[in-house]
Amino acid sequence: MLEAKNISKQFSGIHALSNINLTLYPGKVNAIIGENGAGKSTLMKIFSGVYTQYEGQIIYQGNSIKFSGTKDAENAGIAIIHQELNLVPYLSIAENIFLGKELTNSFGMLDKNKMNNLSKQLLERLNFLIDPNTKIENLKIGQQQLVEIAKALHTNALVIIMDEPTSAISDKEVTNLFSIIAQLKNEGKTIVYISHKFIELFAIADNFVVLRDGTNIAAGLMQEATQESLIQQMSGRELKVQKKNLDTKSNIVLLSAKGIELQHPTIKLNMLLSNISFSLYKGEILGIYGLMGAGRTELMEVLFGLHPKKSKGTICIENEFKKISSPADAIKVGIALVPEDRKLQGLILNQSVSKNISLSILEKLEKWGLLLIGRKEKDLTEKYISKLSIKTAENNKSVEKLSGGNQQKVVLAKWLATNPKVLLLDEPTRGIDIQAKSEIYQLIKNLSAEGMGIILASSELPEILAVADRVIVMCEGEITANLKINETSEQEILTYAIQKN
Amino acid sequence: MTANNYKNNLNKFQSLIALIILCIVLSLLSNKFFTASNGVNVLRQIAVNICVATGMTMIVLTAGIDLSVGSVLALCGAITAGLLKNGWQFPTLDLFVGFTLLGAILCAIIIGAFLGFFNGLVITKFKVPPFVATLAMLTIARGFTMLYTEGHPISNLGTSFAFIGAGSFIGIPIPVWIATVVVLIAVFITKKTKLGRYIYAIGGNENAAKLSGISINRVKLIVYSLGATLAAIGGIIVTSRLDSAQPNAGISYELDAIAAVVIGGTSLNGGRGSIWGTVIGAIIIGVLNNGLVLLNVSPFWQQVVKGAVILLAVIIDKIGDKKE
Repeated sequence: MLEAKNISKQFSGIHALSNINLTLYPGKVNAIIGENGAGKSTLMKIFSGVYTQYEGQIIYQGNSIKFSGTKDAENAGIAIIHQELNLVPYLSIAENIFLGKELTNSFGMLDKNKMNNLSKQLLERLNFLIDPNTKIENLKIGQQQLVEIAKALHTNALVIIMDEPTSAISDKEVTNLFSIIAQLKNEGKTIVYISHKFIELFAIADNFVVLRDGTNIAAGLMQEATQESLIQQMSGRELKVQKKNLDTKSNIVLLSAKGIELQHPTIKLNMLLSNISFSLYKGEILGIYGLMGAGRTELMEVLFGLHPKKSKGTICIENEFKKISSPADAIKVGIALVPEDRKLQGLILNQSVSKNISLSILEKLEKWGLLLIGRKEKDLTEKYISKLSIKTAENNKSVEKLSGGNQQKVVLAKWLATNPKVLLLDEPTRGIDIQAKSEIYQLIKNLSAEGMGIILASSELPEILAVADRVIVMCEGEITANLKINETSEQEILTYAIQKN
Repeated sequence: MTANNYKNNLNKFQSLIALIILCIVLSLLSNKFFTASNGVNVLRQIAVNICVATGMTMIVLTAGIDLSVGSVLALCGAITAGLLKNGWQFPTLDLFVGFTLLGAILCAIIIGAFLGFFNGLVITKFKVPPFVATLAMLTIARGFTMLYTEGHPISNLGTSFAFIGAGSFIGIPIPVWIATVVVLIAVFITKKTKLGRYIYAIGGNENAAKLSGISINRVKLIVYSLGATLAAIGGIIVTSRLDSAQPNAGISYELDAIAAVVIGGTSLNGGRGSIWGTVIGAIIIGVLNNGLVLLNVSPFWQQVVKGAVILLAVIIDKIGDKKE
């Protein structure tokens, strides 16, 4: 039905996909399996026409095809249902299904009746009996997903790609979704199913393709595979990094967290984090690994005082209880956070390198508690520009003009300037080139050697293995393992990361 | 690199260049324009707008807006006049509190600051968008002005008070001196203090500012309070110049202030712009008004021209952004 031949895709010189070859079969559920960053979403974005620049060939229904955009792919019969649903909440079901393809009567006015009736028929095919005038905001996530599927059916999609469709729905809704998938399969649709959850994959998928580091590693029939063999294939890359010797680590506890909980922002009973307890030692690099939705970022945010009202638990710094209910509190007790998204959370993009670096320690640059002293700021900036070898022509160049790696160094510099005891790093090397990556790894190691405690949350296992001394594995908001790096393996970590499924 | 710098500087000074060109053109068209007395005249006319627009700039830099400044200006002007003339009477207690000039002015400024603080409170604590919160204050403060003045002007406020609006010191009108001091303080705050940095940071990226440990709410409370305080000062100047507090004073002053801010190159999305830019923006508006009067252009056309200039300024700004 749909075949990929030698597909490669680069992002600013980094291979996201290299020579992907795979075949998706009609009337089957085709599972795409891989770790975060293995290239699943990139590949799906190529199939659905989001990315139009790539090498290689897509063979669709026997013909070589190149989509010029998402509309083009949709017309050809490829529909994608994203993890975050793309519906307009304040419009009705029918209005969403027909969005951009509205039917009009002979007067050029919207033909509501016809659209409602057609929507109703589509929804009935999915056993979803509801008034198509219902607004999307009044539907549960699982129901909204059905509307997305109805939308795909309306465009007569032959290939339906589902990206982590069960990540936000209840067990009952999953059962319903599976019966619909089975039905679509019988109608001869090609289903592409992306998920981390093995139980689901074994329950629903017919074929599988394993991706790892942007290449296809294995493919076959699901019934011939085992969970162990799949994990082996997902993770079994050759380790390019040497294991480290852990002998000289101190046993002075720098930070200890007990019973940390975090409520879902809207659904009260839903816990994003529960029962998290751990310690961080002086001079230690503690990795936090988990798949999407495991709660890594949320844990960092709680430690940094970003969820004072929704979270519970105690945090001690050097065995002393500290109440951290705002980032200012966190900074005061010596915690710094390099956030996940440097552009949205880390930097003031239109401001200069030096203004960004000095932002969180301005009071140290003041005279008489009022006047900022340019001289001190200049010294501070120059110190960190040379310490982190930030490549910038001038200190007053605005950071938006720097490369990703240098931007990330500016964020690091800003936080190092606060002289933290504990440095939280959330995906510190996302989207930066290899050179900058290794510089940042080296910096992290140097900082820990100086006695700083570092927590490194990452979705990239090789990163954790290369840098961390110890790893905490999380799954669905809980800690499932606490392992020493030199006594564990990728397979073991991955097994714990998907344990609950 | 140098070409780039050159272009950046050009962007920075484009409103100043526009002002210079405007002045040259007007001097060619009218021989009354380029005279000392006309210059003083223009400055006197724009002094109030400069006060109000300076506060507005700080608010807009945080990506906010304050629509209530015109009404706050009227209310504070009326309070100054009322307290000076009638004092504060409590008929039931048979009590009368009289006010000195300084007392009345301070009282009006404090009330102005409080109104701005209230705006800030609504915006930060209840997460009401600044546009809506200050739109409500626009109506509320105007209503209080009507209630306080009972719809009539309060006039004949005494010569010492009138000096603020009509007097001058070494040939320069007092309102111009006040505006100058206001501008210098605001430039100092925005360029040289922590608060100024925080104002730009919040407008540039509120999320990053929050993660940097900045108390967003406190900064916003301060800028809205400052904005309304400056509106109150503007109200005192207006009242003094007319020797009368008009219940409908200051109507649409918020629009003049926003126009000065925008023409001066401050982005309504926050994080970009300067007080000096706003000063030049206010002067452009003032010169334009003045020039059109000197050229005997109909007041109706003056409004059209002012609107067109605002549009032009924003479009030029957008084109500059795109090129980068």
